[in-house]
Amino acid sequence: MSGAVRELSYAAAIREAMDMALASDPRVILMGEDIGVYGGAFQVTGDLVHRYGEERVIDTPISELGGAGVAVGAAMTGLRPVFEFQFSDFAALAMEQIVNQAAKMRFMLGGAVSVPVVMRMPAGSGTGAAAQHSQSMEAWFGHVPGLKVVQPATPEDAKGLLLAALDDPDPVLIFEHKLLYKMKGPVPEGRYLTPIGKAALRRSGRDLSIVASSIMVHKALAAAETLAEDGIEAEVLDLRSVRPLDREAVLASAGRTGRLLCVHEGVKTLGVGAEISAMVAESEVFHRLRAPILRLGGAECPIPYNPRLEKAVVPQIPDIVAAARDLSRRPN
Amino acid sequence: MRDAAARPDDNRPYPLRAYGPARLKEALRRMYLIRKFEESAEACYARGLIHGTMHLSIGQEASAVGACMSLSEEDKITSTHRGHGHCIAKGADVGRMFAEFFGKETGYCRGRGGSMHIADPAKGNLGANGIVGGGLPIAVGAALSAKRLGTGTVTLCFFGDGANNEGAFHESLNMAAIWALPVVFVCENNRYGMSTSVERSTAVASVAERAVAYAMPGVSVDGNDFSAVTEAVDAAVARARAGEGPSLVELRTYRWRGHSKSDRNLYRTREEIREWMARDPIARFAAFLIEHGVIDEPGRAAIEREADEAIAEAIEFARSSPEPDVADVVRDVYTTRDPAADSTPGGAGTR
Ligand SMILES: Cc1ncc(C[n+]2csc(CCOP(=O)(O)OP(=O)(O)O)c2C)c(N)n1
Repeated sequence: MSGAVRELSYAAAIREAMDMALASDPRVILMGEDIGVYGGAFQVTGDLVHRYGEERVIDTPISELGGAGVAVGAAMTGLRPVFEFQFSDFAALAMEQIVNQAAKMRFMLGGAVSVPVVMRMPAGSGTGAAAQHSQSMEAWFGHVPGLKVVQPATPEDAKGLLLAALDDPDPVLIFEHKLLYKMKGPVPEGRYLTPIGKAALRRSGRDLSIVASSIMVHKALAAAETLAEDGIEAEVLDLRSVRPLDREAVLASAGRTGRLLCVHEGVKTLGVGAEISAMVAESEVFHRLRAPILRLGGAECPIPYNPRLEKAVVPQIPDIVAAARDLSRRPN
Repeated sequence: MRDAAARPDDNRPYPLRAYGPARLKEALRRMYLIRKFEESAEACYARGLIHGTMHLSIGQEASAVGACMSLSEEDKITSTHRGHGHCIAKGADVGRMFAEFFGKETGYCRGRGGSMHIADPAKGNLGANGIVGGGLPIAVGAALSAKRLGTGTVTLCFFGDGANNEGAFHESLNMAAIWALPVVFVCENNRYGMSTSVERSTAVASVAERAVAYAMPGVSVDGNDFSAVTEAVDAAVARARAGEGPSLVELRTYRWRGHSKSDRNLYRTREEIREWMARDPIARFAAFLIEHGVIDEPGRAAIEREADEAIAEAIEFARSSPEPDVADVVRDVYTTRDPAADSTPGGAGTR
């Protein structure tokens, strides 16, 4: 049961979820590079090794393919591993175990096993770490049946989605935006599960729907403030989950406003926004659209190092404001 | 390249036999240049002039410079996230390196790559790498090119102790061995992959022992001793150049600074750091050169001063260089083909 609410950072909320899981379930282990005494590259695991020991908070060698695979095997045989990639980019080295093994195992074996593994993926740009440490790869994994892919935007959801992932019998990948780790927000005490596959309406508005994910939720909310000053009322839907997508929530919002803007940091082409747009276009809501669907996403290039270039290649608040204005001006 | 074939009766220390005074002085200059580069980069970071993160190689200068001594400009290296030293050792211009740090158009990667991606293909440096172990198969590929194209060049692959637990390490060494490719695997064992000690991460006591599994020579030497580094790596390079296949050389060294800017050094003791600082590779090499009369103290001081001046100039160049144009950002995602130019394989139809 959840109790009082206090302010926690996104990183602390994730740590609290892992702490609770370690305390209440002896099957839970944490694995990853430098998650022990170092506390994790982003200080998410923090002091957990001192509380639960090296047997349960396991520093792996720098072996992503092997490490992720060990987590998969352990998950198939009774443990509940939470595997931290130091940066989500390094999941590319573990693609085999995630995509060929974890995602397909249950299906291939006709339902004879489950793979309850949780993988934590520090993602996104904005840290000046350049092309191999800044990607938003949720759409890659979202394309794979058998995986569940979530993107918490708030500390509350970061905790609730991690607990839900641990409660889930199937592999769940959690994309945590690095720029959110220090963001504070209200987090209920105690155990609660944020449902996987359910979006959250963050702001209501009659004029258009902005469907955003991860850090873009905050940018969309800021954009909505600016738009409100011009008399444009934007609805902001926090997608939270890439797979499964909350079809119902997206269609309901697009149906209410008749104008849809998708915003995500991942590359626009073949990105999550493409799927959302197609979903709406294929539905009856299509007839209620008053304007073409618009998408904002990452530019068609790797993330550059130079800070001005780095900012320029992902949607920023003014881009969202401009796209929303453009959409609102289209004739009915 | 070595300066001259040593006479068999010459039993002076290896570097004196292999290299003339000019090369040895240049080696010391490059070691100072690396030290000063790293210290200045750190200072620039502290002053907010550089963003992102960086991995400093202070304490590892003898390994970078020593390993590159017998390479020509045509020979290739692959480098790592801790790559500034390798880059300077292979002859890079510190001005363009600083410009890259500052994200400027004049930088080695036109501001796109930053500290972790500096490359200098013109000087045979195929690039640093943000991915641990990322350079290993690439080095093997470069060696395959050299063999097929008959260029006679050698590829030297730098990697850290942490990388030896990536699958890419094992796959690369195996392929290099079965195809007898001209590549030298140089493991800079600085005792830690981030916070994880070699003892906690690696099943064998010495990374060089891994060579046995891939049927190649493996040696482990003091990476803070320029003489030991050059003697071991030069032999491996000579073997590669003679077509006898790959080798693994482990250079035992230490990074004085934390892993990156966010390291609180919780996994090692102050005493350990102090102990290793007492084995300063630059001080040792300078003392070696003085002892053998290659330079005197004023000569040493002049070389150090020269390095200081080069760094000051480099920072000035970087600071006054232009920012890249935002409108240009998606350029170079793909190669621009010039339809008028030769498009035969290996031809000049691309840029
Ligand atoms: C595939 C991959 N995994 C993890 C990292 C994060 N990381 C960067 S450097 C590093 C430690 C590497 O250790 P080592 O190879 O010994 O080189 P050193 O840093 O000691 O020079 C780690 C874990 C990475 N960049 N790439």
